[in-house]
Amino acid sequence: MEAKIRTRMGDGALVEMTPAQIRADLEAGTLAAAKRSKSAELTSAELDHLSEIFCSNSRFTGVDIGDEVVLSYDGCGSQDLGTRINDLQYYEQYLCADSLELYHHDYSYKPAKAVMAFEQDVMRQAQFVTTAPLGYGAMPDLGLYTVPDGPVPNWSQLLPLGRIAESRAAQEEAVELAADDIVYVADEMVEAGIEFIDLDTAGAAGDADFLAALKAIERIRARHPDLGIQIGMAGEFVLGMHGELEYDGVRLAGLWPLDQMKLAAKAGVTIYGPAINTNTGKSIAWNVARTLTIAKPCCEAATVPVHLNGGMGVGGVPMHVLPAGDATCRASRAAVDILRLDGL
Amino acid sequence: MEPRIATRMGDGSLVEMTRSEIKADLEEGTQQSAKRAKVDPLTQDELDHLLDIYASSARFTAVDIGDEVVMSNDGTGTKHIGNRVQDLQTYEQVLGIDIVELWQIDYSYKAIKTNVAHEGQAMKIAQMLCTNPVQYGAMPDLGRYSKPDGPIDNWSELLPLMKVDEARAAQIEACAMLVEDINFVADHMVEAGADGIDMDTTGAAGDADFLAGLTACRMLREKYPFLGIEIGMASEFVLGMHGQLEFDGERLAGMWPKDQLRMVQAAGGSIYGPAVNINTGKSTAWNIARAITIIKPAMEIAEIPVHVNVGMGVGGVPTCVYPPADATSRASKAFVEILKIDGY
Amino acid sequence: MQITRGMRLTEAKTYVAGKLGVSVLDLSDPTVMLDVRKELGLGGILESGEITDIDDPMGIEAKFNIAAVLDVPVNCVERFRAKAGRRRPAQI
Repeated sequence: MEAKIRTRMGDGALVEMTPAQIRADLEAGTLAAAKRSKSAELTSAELDHLSEIFCSNSRFTGVDIGDEVVLSYDGCGSQDLGTRINDLQYYEQYLCADSLELYHHDYSYKPAKAVMAFEQDVMRQAQFVTTAPLGYGAMPDLGLYTVPDGPVPNWSQLLPLGRIAESRAAQEEAVELAADDIVYVADEMVEAGIEFIDLDTAGAAGDADFLAALKAIERIRARHPDLGIQIGMAGEFVLGMHGELEYDGVRLAGLWPLDQMKLAAKAGVTIYGPAINTNTGKSIAWNVARTLTIAKPCCEAATVPVHLNGGMGVGGVPMHVLPAGDATCRASRAAVDILRLDGL
Repeated sequence: MEPRIATRMGDGSLVEMTRSEIKADLEEGTQQSAKRAKVDPLTQDELDHLLDIYASSARFTAVDIGDEVVMSNDGTGTKHIGNRVQDLQTYEQVLGIDIVELWQIDYSYKAIKTNVAHEGQAMKIAQMLCTNPVQYGAMPDLGRYSKPDGPIDNWSELLPLMKVDEARAAQIEACAMLVEDINFVADHMVEAGADGIDMDTTGAAGDADFLAGLTACRMLREKYPFLGIEIGMASEFVLGMHGQLEFDGERLAGMWPKDQLRMVQAAGGSIYGPAVNINTGKSTAWNIARAITIIKPAMEIAEIPVHVNVGMGVGGVPTCVYPPADATSRASKAFVEILKIDGY
Repeated sequence: MQITRGMRLTEAKTYVAGKLGVSVLDLSDPTVMLDVRKELGLGGILESGEITDIDDPMGIEAKFNIAAVLDVPVNCVERFRAKAGRRRPAQI
C-alpha cells in the first residue's frame, strides 16, 4: 500500500494523502490556474520539485543555505504585549524581520489620518530604538468613504438598483478622497522618519480601490524620490466594481499579477506584493501549484522586487486564524524555490 | 567528483564537506565518545539516519508532523524589550515556547535571595498574564560562596597548595549554604505562584555543586509534591572537585548522564536536562554523534522527562553567540528522532 | 536596497556583499556576519549585552552606519542628523 503523507487542506485541516494523490493535486492546481489566468502551466520539473516538498511528513522545511529571501511584514505585532514600539523591537530582535511596519489598529488610511500627530510621535520614537527599515502601513480601503461611514453615496447600494452611472461617479469621487488621505499620511510619516510606506490589501474594493492606490503612489513618488513604497494586493484578480477605470491607458478591471505589477512599477513602487487566494476545499498542494502558476509570469517579468503575500488565506497558506507552520513553510519554500522571489 | 554540502564546525563556521566526510565524522564521533564514556556506539541504522539529517543543504529541518516535543526555556527573553513579564508573554505568544522561565540578570540563587521580594512580585504578575507554566530559574553556582565573593575559603586556591582536607571542608560548608539559599528562593517563588523551579547549569563547580542541587531538590519535593523541579546540567561529566561526595551512597564525581539521571530521579526531580559539550574543532556531525552516544544510555532508563540542553556550546549546537538555525534545527531533530527525548 | 532602490534580490545581495567586503554566501552565515556587524557597527541581537554590548551601535546609531556603509539615504537618519547636535555644550 502506498505510504500516507500528513498534509493540509486549504482550511488548515490535517489530512492524509498518498504521494500519488498529492501529485495529482499539484497537476490539477496548475491546470486550473493556467486555464483561469491564461498563463502557462508549471513544468514537469517544477511539479517534481513541488512533489518533493509536499510528499514529506516533516514538521518544517526551508530553502537551501544561501537562498534566503527578505521578509517584510504588514502590521508588525499583535499590539497585545507591551507597547507598539515593543512589537517592532521583538519583530526585529526575536523574529529577525527584515523590515518593520508600525500600524494603527484601525488599519486604513482614513482613520490613521485622524490620529496622525500621535502616530508621528510613536514612529519617531520607534526609529530611535530599531535598526531594521521601518515604515508605516494601512489599507486604501475605499469602502470607508461611502455612506454611512463616509460622505460618498454607497455603490454597493446603488448597483443592485441598476443605478450604474451614479455608482461609477461615487467610486470616482472616493478614489480622489482616498488618494488624498494616503498622500497626506505618507507626507506626515516622512516627516516622522519612515523608510517606506505600505499600501496593504490594495484593490480590496475593486478597480477603484486599486486606482486610488496607484494615483497616491504616483504622487508620493514625485514628492519623495528616495522613499520606499510597497504595495500589497487584496486578491489575485482586480474586481471590476466600476469596470471602466484605467491607469496609464490600461483598464484595471480583470488584471492579473503580471499586469498589476507593471502598473505598480510604473506608478513608482519599490516592492510589489501579489496576493493569490486559497481555496479552502482543496489541498495546500493544489493551492500552492495554483498560486505559483498565477504568480510566475509576474516574477519572470518583474522590474521591482516581488514579495509574495504568504499569510492566512493567501499564497497557498491555509485560511485559518492559526496557519500551521508545516503549511506556511512549505508554501514559502515552494514560492522561493520555483519563483525565485525577492521576498515574502 | 562527490558534491560538497554546506555544513558547520563546532565553532559555527560554515564549511563544505562531502557526504563521505560527514559519514566518517559521524562514525568517529560515536566511536570516540563510546570509548570515553564507556557506552555502546550508535547502531548503523542510527548513523544512517544522522547522515540523512546532516548531509543536506537545507536551511532548516524538523521532525515529522506529530513528533513535536515540549520546549522549555531557561532564562526566557533578553530583558531589552519592555519588561521581564513581557519577555515571558512574547516567548509564549510569539515564539510558542511551552514552559517559560522568569529570571534575574544575575542568574544565581545567592544573588536572588537578597531581592526575592521583588522577584516574587514579578512572578505573581507573570502568573496573571501567562497561560503557560512559568517557572523560576537560576544557577546553584557554588563558587559564589567562596572568597572573595562569599565567606568560605576558596577551594580553588587551597587545592594548588595541596590543602586537600581544607578544600573539601570548604566545599561541604558552601554546599550547605547553597542548599539553604535554593530553598529560601524556591519557598518564596512557590508562595508567588511559580509552577516550577529550575536549577540550571548544575554541577558547574563540580560534585559539591551537583550535591547541593540534588539535596535541595529532595527537600523541595518533600515540601511541595506537585512542584515542577527541573535540573539542567552544566556538562556531560561531573567534575570531582571534592572527589568523595556521595548522594544516596553513590559517589557523584565522574558521573555521566545515565547516572546523573538516576540521581535526579532519586532526588525527586521532574525534568532532567543533560548537557554534552561541543568540541569546536570538529564538525557538528561529529559533535551530534558524540552527544547522542553519551546521552543514549540515560534515555533507556528514564522515568522522568528528559529535556536535552540544546543551546550555544552544548547538545550539538556550535559555540558561537549566534548559533545558526541550520545547526540548531539539525541537532534538535537528531535528538528527537534518535533518542525520543521528551523536550529540549 | 529593496525598499529605497527597488533592487531585486540577487542584485541586492551582490551589492550588499560587495559593500561589506564579504561573499554572498557569507550573508547567510551568522558567524561571519556577527564579526562584520560588530566591525562596521551595523547592530544586531542584543541578548542581555552578551552579543551586542554597550560599545556596539544599536537602533538608530546602527542605522547611521548602515546608511554610510551601503551608501543609501536613510530618511530617519537624515532627520536625526538635522535635528540632533545643532549646538555643542559650549554653545548652550
